[in-house]
Amino acid sequence: MRILVVEDDKDVAGFVLKGLREAGHTVEHADNGRDGLFLAASENFDAIILDRMLPGGIDGLRLLETLRGQDNTTPVLFLSALGQVDDRVKGLKAGGDDYLTKPFAFAELLARVEALTRRGKSDGPATRLQVGDLEMDLLSRSVRRGPTKIDLQPREFRLLEYLMRHAGQVVTRTMLLEGVWDYHFDPQTNVIDVHISRLRQKIDKPFPTALLHTVRNAGYMLRSEEP
Amino acid sequence: MAKSSVERVRRQRPARRGLWRSAGVRFALVYAVVFGLSAFVLALALWYSALNLLQRQVQASIHADFQTLIEHDQMGGLPSLEAAIQERLAGSLTPDGIYLLKGQNGQVLMGNLDQWPAGMSQDNAWYQLSVRRQGVASIALLQMQKMPDGSSLLVGRDVRMRTKLRNVLRAGLIWALGLMIALGILGAVLIRSLFQRTIRDISITTGAIARGDITRRVPVTGVGDEFDELAVTINDMLDRIARLMDGVRQVSNAIAHDLRTPVTRARARLEDAALHARSAEEMQAAIDRATEDLDGIVAVFEALLRISEIEAGARRAAFASLDLAPVLLDLDELYRAVAEEREITLETEIDAPLMVFGDRELMQQAVVNLLDNALKFSPPGSSIRFSARLAHGAVQIVVADRGPGIAEADRKRATERFFRAEAARSTAGSGLGLSLVSAVAQLHNGTLHLQDNEPGLRAVICLPADISPD
Repeated sequence: MRILVVEDDKDVAGFVLKGLREAGHTVEHADNGRDGLFLAASENFDAIILDRMLPGGIDGLRLLETLRGQDNTTPVLFLSALGQVDDRVKGLKAGGDDYLTKPFAFAELLARVEALTRRGKSDGPATRLQVGDLEMDLLSRSVRRGPTKIDLQPREFRLLEYLMRHAGQVVTRTMLLEGVWDYHFDPQTNVIDVHISRLRQKIDKPFPTALLHTVRNAGYMLRSEEP
Repeated sequence: MAKSSVERVRRQRPARRGLWRSAGVRFALVYAVVFGLSAFVLALALWYSALNLLQRQVQASIHADFQTLIEHDQMGGLPSLEAAIQERLAGSLTPDGIYLLKGQNGQVLMGNLDQWPAGMSQDNAWYQLSVRRQGVASIALLQMQKMPDGSSLLVGRDVRMRTKLRNVLRAGLIWALGLMIALGILGAVLIRSLFQRTIRDISITTGAIARGDITRRVPVTGVGDEFDELAVTINDMLDRIARLMDGVRQVSNAIAHDLRTPVTRARARLEDAALHARSAEEMQAAIDRATEDLDGIVAVFEALLRISEIEAGARRAAFASLDLAPVLLDLDELYRAVAEEREITLETEIDAPLMVFGDRELMQQAVVNLLDNALKFSPPGSSIRFSARLAHGAVQIVVADRGPGIAEADRKRATERFFRAEAARSTAGSGLGLSLVSAVAQLHNGTLHLQDNEPGLRAVICLPADISPD
């Protein structure tokens, strides 16, 4: 994927660029708002990682507003030290697709950026989701793995749906809290781990191969074993 | 820096201000001038109208005299007139009366003036002239009239006494004016000293506070006047500032203590790894744990910022009418699995609907903190009671556990930032959870009560219910 990083802090930018390249992405970098806007408007990217406070007269919010004003719908993730609720709301209102507060874990950033690009592509009116032999029918709200029907609680269903929509990608605990429960804060208790483990009991335990994997220091990933 | 700012304050406030720059003197002078002017105008009006009245009385009597004498002349001719004048000159009816009759060719026929006053030639006009009355100099108000036979008659009144009276009155007025000025100055001095005394108290107190002694207060006299009101208001303000400063001091002390520990730990781990790690795995493990420590510090920072954001009240703008019942049931569902995992029973009883006017996300977070706490301190096999109901116009959310609870003495302090009871020292946590719950409750005009669950802790959030008109 082609990702644009607009970030003025050299260390943070270097760290993000290196990480994204290691994850197999092509990355462009701008260290001020003006260059960032020029790059974003003149070239095609799959996603933009955007700092809010930028030198060069154009800050992140204005950059994004200008971009959206030109009908450019490239998914944008804000990466900002402004972490108050109002700041997040402002960022999303300006047309941002996600908001991550500094300091951040790279795994979280990577997972969110990859989730963004996926969201951009496959927003078709899917009625069925499939990962390996696990199938989900969104209309009848039924799940089966191979020939076996699996009974899920409503919340478990939504959790699995989220994981299936992001199959093959790392999904962090915070993403699950936001995406499935709509909570924008981290409880101290490992609530997500417990719910994942329950889901695992139902979709993996009775079967020979596991689909739901734990990714160390990052989160979870739903994928079929065969590549 | 500090010295120069002190100097700047001094320069703005000269130690000895001029008399004219004193507010007390200005107020007193304005008062004296207004008072003196009105008194003076009143006296002047009295003086003028009194003199005017006298003048008109004299004129009226002269006029009446004239009429009578002219009637005598018309009825009985010159002899009758002369007799009437003679009668007046001799009689004591009008001791101030002045009469003079002049013949056709200017000779004085009779009268009590030595000679016809110079410059008096107009009929029916008023003259006030110096005259000689039987050899005595005097001042007189006079009127003359030509008679049909060519002679001229002069009638007047000696007004020497009246002029004297006027002079006495004028002197009195001037004295009174002088006295008023003296009294005004005295009043100004008095009011100024009164002002100074009252303001000096405030000035001394605020000066002491500016130099760093926040414990000083403005003395209240107990009279209950405006100055007392001002003193009470200032003292209230100082109390509030002192409380805020205490809070800030507490938080900065707490930050110094509670953040230094994890920072020290992370630093030690990294340094230790740099010096002693013998394998890549050991190095990796040390870095991972230091990163975790840093994440912990960030979490504390975020919680602190969140609490101050809530306490600043900025989020009230996003308040809306909302039903807490589904919000709480969602939380119950989220935590039920965790409780079961730890062999803890979650006894939930949520009434519906529970309408409040508030912020959904903050309410979620507050209840999450209570549930986190309850789960953290509950022993396996025990139960947590999670209930919410509407009672007496208030929504009451209760989270009660069977853990160690909080000692009575600590309960009041439990919502202070970074406070951790002895029993909680050994468990993980920042000591900010209950501070946030309390801040959220206060933002919603509600309260957080911590009670003894015998054993355990019973946390109760009370919020005013939102009773919509429909």
